Formats: sequence, C-alpha cells, structure tokens
Amino acid sequence: MADVGIAIGRVAFVMLFVLNLGGLLGWVERKQSAIMQDRIGANRASIFGLRVMGLFHPLADALKLLAKEEFRPAHADRFLYWLAPFVSVFFGLTAFASIPFGPVIEVGGRQIPLQAVTLNVGVLYVFAMLSLGVYGVMMGGWSSGNNFALLGGQRAAALMISAEIAIGASIIGVIMVYGSLDMMEIARGQGELLWGWLPKWGLVTQPLAFVLFLTAGIASTKRIPFDTPECESEIIGYFVEYSGMKAGMFMMADFLETVVVAGMTTALFLGGWQVPYLAADGFHFPGGAHLGMPAALVVFLQVMAFVIKVSVMIFFMMLIRWTLPRFRYDQAMRLGWLGLFPLSILNIVVTGLVLLATGGPAS
Amino acid sequence: MPTAQRFYLREVLDGVALTAGHFFRNMGRHIAHAFGRPVKGAVTIQYPEERRPYSPRLRTLHRLVRREDGSPRCVACMMCETVCPAHCIYIVAEEHPNPEIEKMPARFDIDLGKCVFCGYCVEACPEDAIRMDTGILEFSTYDRRSMVYTKETLLALEPADPDGRPRSLIPIPPSRAV
Repeated sequence: MADVGIAIGRVAFVMLFVLNLGGLLGWVERKQSAIMQDRIGANRASIFGLRVMGLFHPLADALKLLAKEEFRPAHADRFLYWLAPFVSVFFGLTAFASIPFGPVIEVGGRQIPLQAVTLNVGVLYVFAMLSLGVYGVMMGGWSSGNNFALLGGQRAAALMISAEIAIGASIIGVIMVYGSLDMMEIARGQGELLWGWLPKWGLVTQPLAFVLFLTAGIASTKRIPFDTPECESEIIGYFVEYSGMKAGMFMMADFLETVVVAGMTTALFLGGWQVPYLAADGFHFPGGAHLGMPAALVVFLQVMAFVIKVSVMIFFMMLIRWTLPRFRYDQAMRLGWLGLFPLSILNIVVTGLVLLATGGPAS
Repeated sequence: MPTAQRFYLREVLDGVALTAGHFFRNMGRHIAHAFGRPVKGAVTIQYPEERRPYSPRLRTLHRLVRREDGSPRCVACMMCETVCPAHCIYIVAEEHPNPEIEKMPARFDIDLGKCVFCGYCVEACPEDAIRMDTGILEFSTYDRRSMVYTKETLLALEPADPDGRPRSLIPIPPSRAV
C-alpha cells in the first residue's frame, strides 16, 4: 500500500511540475518578451481588482479557449481530427517521466528514486516520447482535410526527423562518458569532480554535444527559430483548421516540449539535481573544508537545484525564441543534415578517442 | 554568406547578448521602480489611465463658442456647411431676438460619423464660433445615429487645458445614455 502511495506521489509531483510549468510558460513568454522589448506586457486580467503582474492571463486564456466554438471542417477525418491534439499533449506530458528531479533517497528502509519512472533506458524513453509527439502534429495536418495544413504537417515531419537524428547522435557522447542509459546514473555520474575541483557536468565533458543538443532540442519544440511547421504569423501551419481548446492544446504541447527539452538538457548537461560539491552528508569543498548538513536539507537543496536549472534553461530558450528570426525551410534542413548531424558524429569519434586515451568510461 | 556566418553560433550569441542586455537592464529598472526609485523599465504609456499630452494644435471634437449670455456665437451664415468637404454639418437658421444680430442657428448638427476632421469649418467661420480644441478624441458609439452631435451638446463643451487634457467629459448623446 505504501509502495503504491509513493509511486503515485512521484508521478503526481512530475505531472504537476510539468503541467503547471507548461501553463505558466504562457505568462513567462508574454512578460519576458515584453521586458526584452522595453514594454510592460499583458497586465489587465484581474480577479477582484487584483492583477498580480498579469499572472491571471493564462487562466483567462484557458477560459476563453474552452468557451470558444469547436469547429470541425466538413472534409476532416472525424476520429483523427479529434485525436491529434490529445496525442500531442499526451506525449509531451509523458516524456518527462524518466527525468530524475532528485537523488535516490532512503525513507524507512525503502529506496525511493526521485523520478516518476525508473527506467534503465531512460534516455531512449524520452526520445521515443518526443518523437511520437510529432505524430499528433502529422495527424492534425492530415486529418484537417486542408492541403495547407497537410503541407504544414509535412514540414513538421521533415524538421522533426532532421532534429531527432541530431539529438540522438549528439547525446551518444554523453552516454559514452557516463557509461549508462539510465538518467539517474548519468545525473549521479555528473556529481564527480574532474581534477579535484571541476564538477564533471556534461557541459564540461561534452561542450560540443551541449550546443548541438540544445539546437536540435529547440528545433524539436517547433518554436522560433525553427517554427516552419507552424508559421503562425504568415504562412499556414498544421493547426489552421483547429479552434478553441484543441488549438490551445497544440500550443500547450509546444510549451510542454519546451519543458521536456529543458529538463533533458538539465539532466544530461547541467548535472541534473547535483549541486556542486554537495554530497549526501553536506558540502565537501575542494580545499578540504567540510560543511555538514541534515539529509533532508540536502535533498531539498538538490530538488531546488533541479527546478532552478530547468527554469534557467527555459529562460534561455525563451531568450532565443524572442531574439532570432525564423530559419527558412531549406536552411533548417541544411543545418540539421549538413551541420548538426556530421558534427555529432565527429563528437562521438573524438569522445571515443579521448576515452580510449584516458582509460575507458568513468564508471 | 561568409564561412564564419554559416555556423550561426557567433551571430546567435551576439543577438542573445543584445536581447539579454535589454532584459536585465529593464528588469533592474523595474525592481528599482518597485522600491520607489524614479526610473521606468518600459516606455509603455498605460493608455486609459495615462495619456500623452496632446499638441495644442491637434484638431479634436468640435465645440460651439458661447456669447456672454450663453447663446451661441454662431450667426448661421452657412459658411461651414458650405465648405465642409464631407457634408457633415446641418444648420437650420432662425431669427435672433436682438435686431443687431441677423440670425442664429435653430439646429446645428454635426455628423461625426462623416466628419474627416479637416478643420475647414473652423477656418471658414467669420465669427470664430466653431472650434476644434476640446481635446476629446474618444467618442465611439454603438450606432450611427448617436454619432450626430446636436447644438446643445456642442455648446456645452469646454476647451482643453493648455497641455491638451480635456476639461469636459466625453458627451454621451441621448440615444446612447443608459
């Protein structure tokens, strides 16, 4: 019984974390872009005169979208048209499951890993879910019965394939360095120190892979600068024929994917839940200084570190989204196939050579 | 494209540095503003509550100038009605009780739905009886008939402050009053 409770608690934490963060991103996007552009941003939605810096706007948006007319085009495939937004959101939500948000803790003799699902192929699981998410997009584009939506879905598929290839190839280096496909093992491996002072984060051991992964990850969220599938502002994307909350769910899926890619980047490259020099019994600084801490505080610090790292990554991705213009379709393809992919292969080769010279993976 | 630009990385970082600079500078100003310092993090003017001062030359909603006794200065010469390119002024003249003054308007309607705010009526008026200096710009209505402003409404309006701030309330035509 207790096991079931713990499992539900783990899943609930991740679920609420991702859902709430995804919902909040609508506010973050508005406010951050406004401040970047010397504006104030949406601040009018209020409850009893309380405005709270426009925090109620996502709520107002959701209410508006729910109250809008659901329109289905006459030529749409009834079942797939209805299913597509759910597929998109579902895989966006489940992708986060194997990303660890804290270490394995021991409570009352039980080992509790702080992640929703413990999988020894966690990395592959996240990729599988991210890739399946594009099926919702393609379904939406095809089942709308609109040729422009179909073209948008095709652009999404092409972009997704070229991004997935680069994502998959770029993290091989990380897997080689930490010797595991289990996200928890990778996060734990990043707690070690290089030369006694430098945290062995993926950012340090695999800087090229970090850049490649982040670029391909942003491409897989289908947001600017890689928003060729949507092209909300002028061309027509895959969700033209959707209205109301169904269109809202496609937008929501984009935000969820942003959260997932930020979580992946954190887990693979920014040390996951690791705080530098913080071990299970407190801080061990390189000079030999030691600062003892109760275990509960250490776990709290580590979970907070994960949340903060994810937030910083989301901030950075928003920054890029509001800075760059869109890559043209052929530029995005060229970048994926002739830029990211060969560089990822190069990264694998160089990593292999370095590992061979220094004596195998760290594990 | 030069080879260096083909990698995009340098350009992306330059752009991100620029926008991030704006973000952090404005964020610092917003925080200072929240603590009562006189700096602003945004150039936004929060419109209905805050307004930019209008130029005194700006042509805004018309008003009819009053004599000392409150009657209109207008002598119903029809100059403005004649010059109006939009044909939006409609005047009916009547006898003035004072024999020194020939006529006065019985009706003086301006259809603001047609008015193009050219200001010719103000320039044509020999008596300086019509002016466009109320500073009022927001007179939207739900139907076209309410856009017709009558003599009484126009006579009641006051000129704007020197900085262009309207002194009269936005007149609500009878059909719009709730």
